[in-house]
Amino acid sequence: MTSSSLQDLWLTYQSTVAFIGLNGLLALSVYTTLSCGQLSLAQAAFMAIGAYVSAILTFHSGAPFAVNLAVATLLPALVSVPLGLPVLRLKGVFLAIATIGFGEVVRIFFVNLDYTNGALGLTAVPQRTSIWMIYAALGTALFVLWRIRGSRAGYALEAIREDEPAARTMGIDAARYKLAMLALGAAFAGLAGALEAHYTYMVSPSTYSFTRVVDMLVYAVVGGTSVFYGPVVGAAFLTALPEVLREISARVGLAPGPLRLFVNGAVLLAVILFLPEGISSLPRRIRDRLRARREAHAA
Amino acid sequence: MGQQIVNGLFLGSIYALFALGYTLVFGVLDILNLAHQAVFMVCAYAALVLVGHLHLPMFAAFPVAVLLGGFLGMAVDRIAFRPLRGRSDSNIAGLISSIALATILEAAVVQVFGPDVERFPFGAVPTRSLKIGGAVVSELQIVIIAIAIAMLLGLTWLLRRTRLGRRIRAVAESPKAARVLGVDVDRIISASFFVSSALGAAAGVLFGLAFNNVSPDMGRSVELKGLAVIVLGGMGSMPGAALAGVALGLLEVFTVAWVGSSYRDAVAFGVLFLVLVLRPRGLLGSAALREA
Repeated sequence: MTSSSLQDLWLTYQSTVAFIGLNGLLALSVYTTLSCGQLSLAQAAFMAIGAYVSAILTFHSGAPFAVNLAVATLLPALVSVPLGLPVLRLKGVFLAIATIGFGEVVRIFFVNLDYTNGALGLTAVPQRTSIWMIYAALGTALFVLWRIRGSRAGYALEAIREDEPAARTMGIDAARYKLAMLALGAAFAGLAGALEAHYTYMVSPSTYSFTRVVDMLVYAVVGGTSVFYGPVVGAAFLTALPEVLREISARVGLAPGPLRLFVNGAVLLAVILFLPEGISSLPRRIRDRLRARREAHAA
Repeated sequence: MGQQIVNGLFLGSIYALFALGYTLVFGVLDILNLAHQAVFMVCAYAALVLVGHLHLPMFAAFPVAVLLGGFLGMAVDRIAFRPLRGRSDSNIAGLISSIALATILEAAVVQVFGPDVERFPFGAVPTRSLKIGGAVVSELQIVIIAIAIAMLLGLTWLLRRTRLGRRIRAVAESPKAARVLGVDVDRIISASFFVSSALGAAAGVLFGLAFNNVSPDMGRSVELKGLAVIVLGGMGSMPGAALAGVALGLLEVFTVAWVGSSYRDAVAFGVLFLVLVLRPRGLLGSAALREA
């Protein structure tokens, strides 16, 4: 392959590569709260807060991009604390519904905010995001989650997820851990929102709808939530899939939109039914299967 | 004022129908069926095809679409919920598998009908209206409110007075105990899905008629409002869902009249949020399905 055709390939797929990183970060933000058994569906709202704040700061202040990103990461985390205090008392489906409610209120607030152009949103946001920044952010998030996993906090989170009353009996401050993970997830979402805004040149409230949260959840579940890198695998798989499907739909003559929707739904259903630990558990499953077969053969 | 009340009752009765189906399945299974909105949407399209292409009159198309919704609901249970029963995370897994099924149904509809809004043919929707007091009430509004009330009464009768209703309530109370007493739990759950989705289908057809607007994403906003309604009414509570549906309809209409249309949806979700934080069991939360 010559270097110019490599360059063409890069030009064609660089936005896919960028979105794999962004969606990976968003999937991690859902996973972070989920890691102590809490399903928060307010992630799109945190993402919106990060995106708007960073875009506004870029328009109106001369601060370096790194400072804007830091603010866009911290502010959603701060907002998530007063939200989490009452809401985290709720469990399971109730928590999910309460956070959906919060997410919609935030979205409608931005739709009606004249200062940010209402439903049209902000356009011509200066492009500041490079692909390496997205992957640096993703790498940092993965590193943080990896460090948490083997630590005292990691065991505490696992205990809370498995049996919260038992964990509390053992002296684990469950409320504080849950709040911390909600805030961390919100920070990831805010950072992803800011990076996306400065990559796509725009901030539009319709981007932060319930559908977007469902996408994030789907990435996490398809990838698998039993290991911390699973959500990233899911995001990469489902973000790259439309590119493959576009080729296929051109040949088969189906409209790409519905086909993409259909395949997304079918993949999700298949994973939930047949691969409950997600596609990131696939290599281990195959290895186990092979070993079982070898042992059966030997015996 | 009278006009607003009529409009609110009319909108609210559609929300109530939708939410009744939602809350019925939640009461029985403790699982949110997020494919409910897809059944709602598919059945609105079914009515559209029956009326527009097969030239059936509306009063014949309506029951056909409702039956279709019921069977679709049974299929949803069979594909997305039954295989997961007994799994430890069946709550969240069921939520996600029903999202998957909703996505597939939506994709199928977009493939067949395209993404644009479809309308019922001229003449299929009654357009006459009459004056009651100071309010103008259209024939369609009266029909919709009447159908909603009739279905609500029918559901109450079904749950209170019939063998099936008793069994549904038994399964809602405790699937294990019901099984010990000889109830075929899988069949009862299947029947609950039939009833629930038939109600959702009725809401879909009526919603499509009311706004003369049928589109692949019509279920999405109603889905979120349905959540608000069942939380407000108390999860699993039938009278609560009916009451809260009507309350939300009135609330929305008055928000549009007094505050402005752009904040209509914010009110629904603001109320939802406050109820969950302040009174998580909802208005009638103690009156669960077993006392329906």
